[in-house]
Amino acid sequence: MSPRALSERLRAMTEARVMLGRAGGGMPTRAVLDFALDHARAREAVWSEMDLPALRAALAGYPLAEVVSAAGDRETHVRRPDLGRQLAAGTRLALPPSDLVIVVADGLSAMAVDAHAAQVVHALQALRETAAPVVLARQARVALGDQIAARAGARAVVVLIGERPGLSAADSLGAYVTWAPEPGLPDSRRNCLSNIRSGGLDPQEAAHRIAALLAQMAREGTSGVGLKREPPLPGQSARALPGGAER
Amino acid sequence: MTYATVIGGTRHVFASLRELLAKASPERSGDQLAGLAAEGPVERLAARIALADLPLRAFLEQDVMGVEGDEVTALIFARHDPGAFAPVAALTVGEFRDWLLSPAADERALAALRWGLTPEMVAAVSKLMRIQDLVAVASKVKVVTRFRNTLGLPGRMATRNQPNHPTDDSRGILASAVDGLLLGTGDAVIGVNPATDTVEDYIRIVSLLEELRLTLDIPTQHCCLGHVGVALEAMGQGAPVDLVFQSIAGTQQANTGFGLDLALLHEAREAALALNRAPAGANVMYFETGQGAALSAGAHHGMDQQTLEARAYAVAREFDPLLVNSVVGFIGPEYLYNGRQILRAGLEDHFCGKLLGLPMGVDVCYTNHADADQEDMDSLLITLVAAGVNFVITVPGADDIMLNYQSLSAHDAVFVRETLRRPPAPEFEDWLVGMGVMDCGGRTSDGAALVERLRGVPMLAAAQ
Repeated sequence: MSPRALSERLRAMTEARVMLGRAGGGMPTRAVLDFALDHARAREAVWSEMDLPALRAALAGYPLAEVVSAAGDRETHVRRPDLGRQLAAGTRLALPPSDLVIVVADGLSAMAVDAHAAQVVHALQALRETAAPVVLARQARVALGDQIAARAGARAVVVLIGERPGLSAADSLGAYVTWAPEPGLPDSRRNCLSNIRSGGLDPQEAAHRIAALLAQMAREGTSGVGLKREPPLPGQSARALPGGAER
Repeated sequence: MTYATVIGGTRHVFASLRELLAKASPERSGDQLAGLAAEGPVERLAARIALADLPLRAFLEQDVMGVEGDEVTALIFARHDPGAFAPVAALTVGEFRDWLLSPAADERALAALRWGLTPEMVAAVSKLMRIQDLVAVASKVKVVTRFRNTLGLPGRMATRNQPNHPTDDSRGILASAVDGLLLGTGDAVIGVNPATDTVEDYIRIVSLLEELRLTLDIPTQHCCLGHVGVALEAMGQGAPVDLVFQSIAGTQQANTGFGLDLALLHEAREAALALNRAPAGANVMYFETGQGAALSAGAHHGMDQQTLEARAYAVAREFDPLLVNSVVGFIGPEYLYNGRQILRAGLEDHFCGKLLGLPMGVDVCYTNHADADQEDMDSLLITLVAAGVNFVITVPGADDIMLNYQSLSAHDAVFVRETLRRPPAPEFEDWLVGMGVMDCGGRTSDGAALVERLRGVPMLAAAQ
């Protein structure tokens, strides 16, 4: 096989940046600029803030509240995951009674929330008899949802959160589902759907899987690793070392 | 016991050795997150001045971490060799730094000292060292390991070819592995981080890599970086396992969080040795570590992250590994905030590992929420090569599409060979020349013979 045919074959086998060619010991100019642009987009996603007016308008049909974590601003949020898991001091939260609370959290990509969260919420609400309250949470990590749900007295919480951006996708949304949430729960008590985005897991399909998980959790009275025949968790770091995820 | 320094009429007091080490540490977000860092540069220097005057033997007279029954602590004390320690036994930490930089601390002296040093001692002295010092001393240490080739020889640098794929697709893994081989990477190991965690997938991945190795007759070793428990089951089923991998940390509690203890690692090593896949005396273990791993598991016991990282190396050296690397920038900005912190930590990890006798490599890398970019990686790579790093990790185009972070590209290995003049392991170098990937002068070529040989790889042929 010719080098060119091999190159085309390898490129067809993976999304990875294979067979870029080289300029001496370096990457060709085009490959360097493509990489730099993808990195710039990912960085922008990390430091983006939620478009609150747009989200308020899109979610106006449901009971809606807004909170900020104890991290307060973006830089503190990135540095202090512990603060991103707590509500800001003096937070008051008035929600109607409900079995479920949906938390829309910026996590590490507000861009992902802006792009996909409302679609998932609509699809999920459409599968319910009564609308679940929705909480927009800024500078938020996954476990902030436990505090919110505990305050609301809900039996379950769905946290839709911007995932740590990769170079190929900066707008990937994760869904963490927890039964009987309370502050201090370990991550092993959550179930996660990852990679909700265009070209990844479709928002409608994600909503159906979340609803199925909630139904199973209600039957078994638990969530996370204790759930029977648990589906694989693609969102969990495959490297045992933590890798600074949105959790 | 307390430690104190007076600066300009102010007395800075440190309540414990643990606190002294933490406050003497260079500024980093993980120690700030844990609430252990110095309040500012003056307190940090006060701690360093007190640390410089501390006798090295203080680390033998007390258990710094102070957690009853921790098996990592017990291992550290059990393995300490007083005879090996004798040449530096009378020194303070500051005098130890000066001695390490002196001609007296040559390759032979440093090799003889390994088991006389504890992780806390090497972490302490590193806190008094600049980047230049970390490079100067580490470059004097030689740690050679062997499996199908010889790694760690002076003047050379190896690479791990890391062909990860988001779903462990066999074709995707193969494509990335071949991309790396065509640029001359993979003498340290061809190693896949699996996205899946089943024994079946583990066996499929090592079998795929084994077939690639045999078809192309590559003088290297492969690894699926699944959990050690999965590796044990796979070996039990007769899978072709070259290296057993595990992520490890510096406290028993953190290792429990990884689902392991020392006994399990011993069992896995024995099982890998029993497969006899390499000449007698071969090293069969591969470990990864990273500053912040214990803190992220809530298992840091009030210790700073760099000292705990050095304690992970005490675990690693118990198992005579072929490869150890810190994943320095992977753990995230809550532990190492920016390029400056990642650069320093990478060099500390390499220095501490080498002094303790480990074949240290580094995953030169960062995540997208850290304040770092590829230029920071260039600086870290070039500095690590000057320090004599055993190996680094490369992925296609520096973009790991499974773990979603940036490491080095195989192109960076070409740069190291051609500009920094560090060829790979000799057996692998011969193979690269035979495959036309490198010419006899060390220049990278088109790999004509390798392209031809790739016809024999069924998955590539089948796609035709």
